[in-house]
Amino acid sequence: MSSIKSPSLAVADAAAPVSPAGRRTKKFTARRIGAVPWWFVVPALVFYLFVVLWPSLQGAAYAFTNWDGLSATKDFVGLAQFERLLKDPGGVGAVVHTLLIAVAITVVQNLIGLLLALGVNTKIKSRNILRVALFTPAVITPVATGYLWKYLMTPDGAINQLLGFFGLGALQRDWLGDADIALWSIVATVVWQFAGYSMVIFLAGLQGVPEDVLEASRIDGAGPFRRFWFVVRPELAPAITINLMLSIIGGLKLFDQVWVMTSGGPGTSTDTMSTLIYKNAFQFGDFSYGIAMALVLTAFVAILSTAQYKLLGKQGGTK
Amino acid sequence: MNRYSWRTFILEAVMVLVGVLFFLPVYILVNLALKRPDDPSSPLAPVTDLTFQNFSDAWNQANLGQALLTSAFVTVFSVLVIVAISALAAYPLARVTKGWSKWLFFLFMLGLLLPFQLALIPLYTTIRDLGLLGNPVSLVLYYAGLQVPFSVFLYTGFIRAVPLDYEEAAAIDGAGPMRSFFSVIFPLVRPITGTVIILNVLHVWNDFLTPLLYLSGSNQQTVPVALFSFVSQYVSQWNLVFAGLVITIAPILIAYFAMQKTIIKGFASGLKG
Repeated sequence: MSSIKSPSLAVADAAAPVSPAGRRTKKFTARRIGAVPWWFVVPALVFYLFVVLWPSLQGAAYAFTNWDGLSATKDFVGLAQFERLLKDPGGVGAVVHTLLIAVAITVVQNLIGLLLALGVNTKIKSRNILRVALFTPAVITPVATGYLWKYLMTPDGAINQLLGFFGLGALQRDWLGDADIALWSIVATVVWQFAGYSMVIFLAGLQGVPEDVLEASRIDGAGPFRRFWFVVRPELAPAITINLMLSIIGGLKLFDQVWVMTSGGPGTSTDTMSTLIYKNAFQFGDFSYGIAMALVLTAFVAILSTAQYKLLGKQGGTK
Repeated sequence: MNRYSWRTFILEAVMVLVGVLFFLPVYILVNLALKRPDDPSSPLAPVTDLTFQNFSDAWNQANLGQALLTSAFVTVFSVLVIVAISALAAYPLARVTKGWSKWLFFLFMLGLLLPFQLALIPLYTTIRDLGLLGNPVSLVLYYAGLQVPFSVFLYTGFIRAVPLDYEEAAAIDGAGPMRSFFSVIFPLVRPITGTVIILNVLHVWNDFLTPLLYLSGSNQQTVPVALFSFVSQYVSQWNLVFAGLVITIAPILIAYFAMQKTIIKGFASGLKG
């Protein structure tokens, strides 16, 4: 941490005798350093408009048509595509699966990530090597981890072998072939991959926990849970917000692991909005239906991330 | 607290066990890639009869050399463009807080909320009409636009924290805003440039869906797509498949292990906000 923050801090210290950097009003910016050229934003804006904003607007508009992506017919059909989605059991299923995945990943990954961070942020001798080992899955290509776990989860794969070895044969399953648990097997894969990701962000937050306050509360007789809640948690608020945001958005958009491990199967039991958008648009030639789904996905992302920001924003404000 | 008590020892034991469990799949991956296809031992048993045949087979049959080159091309140029345009854009956004700058910043941040699936299909038709399907340049354009909001967000926050005095001193010495940016601001925010590079390299190198769409049918594939079509062909030959997986994640893993301190630090500091 220190080496990252130090340049700006060092600069602030050096500047302090001249004038307090934090209290300077922005009005004087232009007078003091000359006008900052506004055209600096143009290149980024052009790429952003071309790749994100304009196609997104187009997409939102196509959702109200019957365009198949190839033909010239592009008729306005109002909300017909959304009505189709509501009446399509596969579509509704995909929405439900997507929400289940997003919630499960958000809760489990962050809980494990937090426990790992608390465990690693102690005096244990292996803390540095553990940090490296636990973060390793996060840098591996999701397509590769998908295949790796697909193999581990085959009926005679390593997981069932390990269970058998420890006399837990009753727990052996066809992890990806059973429609009731395939979705959770995918969640487990994603959690394994990104728990270290959450851990590292929590660890950065834990650096700010004041050691002396922790010690004082221990002397005052506060148990580990009270110490966590009243001393550690407030410091972690920004890390919690970032972690929840990243995992909610990541979970809602999940595609790679699902596509590689099950392609939405068995049946439609693991279809997510992302896999269904892909299938409809690029395999079934149903562009506008796929886009209507993408618009619904956009709404979910916007609502859920705004809601969590509003809820936790207050908590973060106490810091 | 500061002593290594028996409680610390128990915690150490538990954490090491957890670490081993986490790392076990990676061990199985490498272990299996080194075994002969007819080796009947459990995937957990360490390899005894070492072979590199799987690697050369996978390399040749999946055309991995070509894929690694394409991925390297796309990653290097995408990240160069992203860093250049995002740092540049963040400077006025951080230093001017008048109306237009505020609104522009919100416009960029809107991109963090929009899922790429919404733009995916219309953009696909645009790329198709431009005749860029199958051309890796289309991916460089795509990532440059897609990753702008996040990178601008990181840069703007960091530049705001830099006091004005340095630019002021530069201005007094006769440097224009351009000179100030390139000689003063950009070197000062080097830590966040590290974070932006790490996060974008990981995203671009690992991305699957976009190259699957934009490069399908061409012989220039990125690594995840080459892997995908390779595994579809050899799905039951896991030794071969795993050798392919090891080859394709090796560049990222080697870079990660060589620079793990910088990477973990850079990753966390940029995101902590």
